[in-house]
Amino acid sequence: MEITVNINGTDHTADVEPRKLLVDHIRTDARLTGTHIGCDTTSCGVCTVLVDGKPVKSCTMLAVQADGRNVTTVEGLKSADGLHPIQQAFSDEHGLQCGFCTPAMMLVGAALIDENPNPSDDEIRWAISGNLCRCTGYMNIVKSIQAAAAVASNGAAGADA
Amino acid sequence: MLPARFEYQIVSSVEEAVAAKTQGGDEARFLAGGQSLLPMMKLRFATPTHLVDINRISGLDTIERHNGHVEVGALVRHADVAASDQVSGVVASAAPWIADPLVRNLGTMCGSVAHCDPEGDWNTVLLATGAEVIAQGPAGRRMIAIDDFVVDFFTNSLADDEMVVALRIPAAAGASGGSYQKLERKVGDYATVGVAAHLELGADGRISAAGVAMTSVAPINCKARDAEALLVGNAPSAELFAEAGAAAAAASEPRDDVRGTARWKRQVVAAFTRRALTEAAEQAQS
Repeated sequence: MEITVNINGTDHTADVEPRKLLVDHIRTDARLTGTHIGCDTTSCGVCTVLVDGKPVKSCTMLAVQADGRNVTTVEGLKSADGLHPIQQAFSDEHGLQCGFCTPAMMLVGAALIDENPNPSDDEIRWAISGNLCRCTGYMNIVKSIQAAAAVASNGAAGADA
Repeated sequence: MLPARFEYQIVSSVEEAVAAKTQGGDEARFLAGGQSLLPMMKLRFATPTHLVDINRISGLDTIERHNGHVEVGALVRHADVAASDQVSGVVASAAPWIADPLVRNLGTMCGSVAHCDPEGDWNTVLLATGAEVIAQGPAGRRMIAIDDFVVDFFTNSLADDEMVVALRIPAAAGASGGSYQKLERKVGDYATVGVAAHLELGADGRISAAGVAMTSVAPINCKARDAEALLVGNAPSAELFAEAGAAAAAASEPRDDVRGTARWKRQVVAAFTRRALTEAAEQAQS
């Protein structure tokens, strides 16, 4: 079946088997390998991408289901202006160790801040509760998302002024 | 992991979906959120020959309040339920505890109910509220009481050619409240113990209707009928709720497993029933 998925602003058309998973379409057809495969059983969340702005597990969605939809992967966070505030914050606050869960954590963080520009500690922990990190103990991940939220809300305040 | 091969069909109306399912028979499955079905297919526990994708049917993604009930459409995601101001009581209480935030963005309430996982949370909630399932087949629609819908583990009472189009949850006209208490080892795990409570109060302040149901402490989601019978006709009180908790614990049939011993789980049932009823009564009285 021929599908066209808009990934990070670019249409990717491919002829896929209906049983192909979205994560495999992203990694092998679009050749964007920043989206990882971890448990492959809907538990760990490292395959997280945004579909029409909402974080979902791309190992638990068929590529054909994403036909005509907009997908954002970690590669789509960066813009012409440089790193996305969430990427800068993860770098500044040491929000990663091995980096395997990091693309997913940043996407979930970015989606949270879009929806809720001033998330509390609890709201951040709640938002990332479907994503596992086996290195950091989550402390610096939470700090990174807080830092990115602070940048985002300062930016918004600046724009208003 | 790849699922086994299947024929994939996108449908744009419920009629078309029912026709496709009729043709595919019991080897065909509807695909809504896919958060239970796809993992089972990847593990080859499920090998449907046809998938009927209902995600592009319009009009099924709404939560609407009608006279005396709330209708939740087949494409309403768990996250939509959690965010909705149309739901209250035990449904609103349980929504944030379904799976994890990412699964809640895709998984549907109707799909979860139809899946009949014996350790799923929603069927417990629906048992406590006395909800109904609206099913559509070639001959039209029919309503199925949730007690009749849940037949056994992973088994519902739908015919092969029927589709769940919505859930109908009673919305009490008078004072009511509800709460879902869930103990889970980590987010996304099955409940170690779950208890749903729903209370309605009459004008005299006494309990006019009560629903208590349990997750993960019996072979399937089940009601605590003795506890319900104790509650109706009485005024809410700490003693009454403790008695109802003891009755629910006695009715539960937990098993020793990796999550804990049966004896301990029974104590959790008693405590959770008491807590859920206390919260439900506070809500109803406020």
